[in-house]
Amino acid sequence: MPALFQKSANRLPLQLILYLCVVACVATAGVTYYMTPKYTRVGYAPIQPVPYSHAKHVGELGLDCRYCHSTIDTAGAAVPTAQTCMNCHSQIRTASPALASVRASFETGRPIPWVHVHVMPSFVYFDHSVHVNRGVGCVECHGKVNEMDVVTQRKPMSMGFCLDCHRAPAERMRERKDVFNLDSPTIAEAKGILVAREFIREWKISPPQSCSGCHR
Amino acid sequence: MRTIYLITAFVAVLTVSLLGLRGRRFVQPPVDVFPEWAFPGMKYQPKLTQQTASPFFADGRSDRAPPPGTVPASYGPAGQALRNDGFLYAGKAPDGSWARGFPRALKVDMALLERGRDRFTIYCAPCHGALGDGNGVMRAYGMGATASYHDERLRKMAEGEIFNTITSGKGQMNPYGDKLAPADRWAVVAYVRALQRARTGVVGDVPDHHKGELEVQ
Ligand code: HEC
Ligand code: HEC
Ligand code: HEC
Ligand code: HEC
Ligand code: HEC
Ligand code: HEC
Repeated sequence: MPALFQKSANRLPLQLILYLCVVACVATAGVTYYMTPKYTRVGYAPIQPVPYSHAKHVGELGLDCRYCHSTIDTAGAAVPTAQTCMNCHSQIRTASPALASVRASFETGRPIPWVHVHVMPSFVYFDHSVHVNRGVGCVECHGKVNEMDVVTQRKPMSMGFCLDCHRAPAERMRERKDVFNLDSPTIAEAKGILVAREFIREWKISPPQSCSGCHR
Repeated sequence: MRTIYLITAFVAVLTVSLLGLRGRRFVQPPVDVFPEWAFPGMKYQPKLTQQTASPFFADGRSDRAPPPGTVPASYGPAGQALRNDGFLYAGKAPDGSWARGFPRALKVDMALLERGRDRFTIYCAPCHGALGDGNGVMRAYGMGATASYHDERLRKMAEGEIFNTITSGKGQMNPYGDKLAPADRWAVVAYVRALQRARTGVVGDVPDHHKGELEVQ
């Protein structure tokens, strides 16, 4: 009777273990690459009901973010009302079909159904004013909105992303006047990291790192 | 064994080519790795936040407008409980005419003017221009009707009437009362006055220790 197992079968357990290791590595790499917010969220650019372009209104016309997002430094971000658009579009491009739903909204009072791009889970407390008023620029969290035709999520907005800055804010702070200027350099880039550290000390900036700071 | 490795490599390559790299653009809502239906949690709580939709109300909005006649509590520069100061909140003198000067509750100083400049640059300069002459960036795009602050009528206009123009708009100009709190509106009025004054300035107005900075044109 020939041998039930050939001699090479002696190596099989080792080979299996080796293979399982390889599979585990590949799977881990796949999960960290494809199942984290850096992949699932970054790049989200929903189709909006009006083809509104920040590149045109901010980049070209030079409007300040607060002209439209006027509550950002007091109450939190909000998408502008239809009246805000009609301030100009009652006289400019009054017949444009792209603006038909803005005009309809202005007349009927029914809001334009803008699609949320950045969404925080309900168990996270987030407030714009504390960041904006202390010198965190829009660009740190939203990327170069002034160059976007369609608002696209650029940062993962994961817990790690928030904490990266909360642990070491010095490198990413801006002067108050530069917060709304998305092309401006950070203090560290303009004047060096030592000045930035001094700024953190002087303004007593201490972002929360304890769980209850954000999960309250 | 080699075939198995080859299959594994093939599956990996297939996954990468199907799912692409990080940072690609997409329009479908992001995938939840731990979806609520499979792992119920607190991710999307049924609470209403600002600017969310709610089928509960007839107009579908969660933000409710205050009923007519509501008076906000503790709102205003000096923390007044009621908006009963006609000058501060409506720009009206007691006899119903447009008030001149600035309300008592505000101190007209450099801080107010700086605030006014800040707000003016955001909300007014796109149309009225940084100098208030109506040559903002919007003129080139076809907003021709924008008024200049430097004509006689506007120079003589009462502060209260300019305040009211900001609050409720005028003619072709929409109201800005929803964007500027009353104290900020007064700050803008003060800055408009400063712009008008600057337009008629002469060399004699410049303080002596700044005269050296002037350039002859
Ligand atoms: C002319 C008005 C206007 C100005 C000025 C403006 N925005 Fe917007 N913004 C909008 C509108 C309308 C939307 C909603 C539609 C959309 O997402 O494209 C929006 C959406 C956004 C969003 C996405 C919100 C979400 O759903 O997550 C971000 C981020 C944003 N704006 C940032 C900025 C920044 C930063 C600036 C200043 C550089 C700015 N905006 C200036 C009108 C404006
Ligand atoms: C400060 C004035 C101003 C405001 C406020 C403003 N826009 Fe515009 N908008 C313009 C100008 C100027 C143009 C460009 C017209 C041109 O290129 O000739 C424009 C162009 C557009 C266009 C392209 C129209 C077309 O026919 O191609 C859309 C869409 C638009 N705006 C949407 C909006 C929306 C939505 C809002 C409100 C959030 C808004 N705009 C607020 C000034 C404004
Ligand atoms: C520290 C990071 C951070 C900074 C800085 C920041 N944002 Fe945001 N922004 C967010 C997050 C997170 C959300 C999602 C909030 C939510 O879903 O409650 C958001 C949402 C928004 C929205 C949509 C709000 C809504 O209700 O749809 C707008 C508009 C916006 N941001 C504009 C701005 C502007 C303008 C600035 C600069 C002045 C800015 N943001 C600075 C993190 C930031
Ligand atoms: C680029 C830097 C930066 C990023 C990114 C950032 N933060 Fe902050 N955060 C700050 C700074 C600076 C402060 C203010 C600290 C102070 O004033 O002492 C702050 C303060 C806070 C506070 C305290 C607010 C309060 O009222 O006490 C909360 C909560 C918070 N951040 C949440 C978040 C969340 C959630 C995110 C992720 C979406 C985030 N932050 C991302 C810099 C950042
Ligand atoms: C800077 C603000 C911040 C701090 C501090 C913070 N978190 Fe978070 N946390 C977040 C944000 C933002 C998310 C949502 C991430 C996402 O949606 O991808 C989150 C998500 C989580 C989740 C995932 C919940 C789920 O169902 O997906 C857990 C668990 C969590 N946090 C626990 C903690 C604990 C424990 C601490 C204290 C050690 C802590 N967090 C401190 C901002 C914070
Ligand atoms: C979208 C463009 C636009 C913006 C922004 C704007 N205005 Fe005007 N403004 C106009 C136009 C157009 C007129 C001419 C109205 C008319 O006579 O029909 C005007 C007229 C005026 C007048 C003269 C009113 C009169 O009695 O003739 C004043 C004062 C004024 N604006 C102040 C302001 C202030 C202050 C702001 C900032 C809060 C501002 N405007 C922002 C377009 C604008």
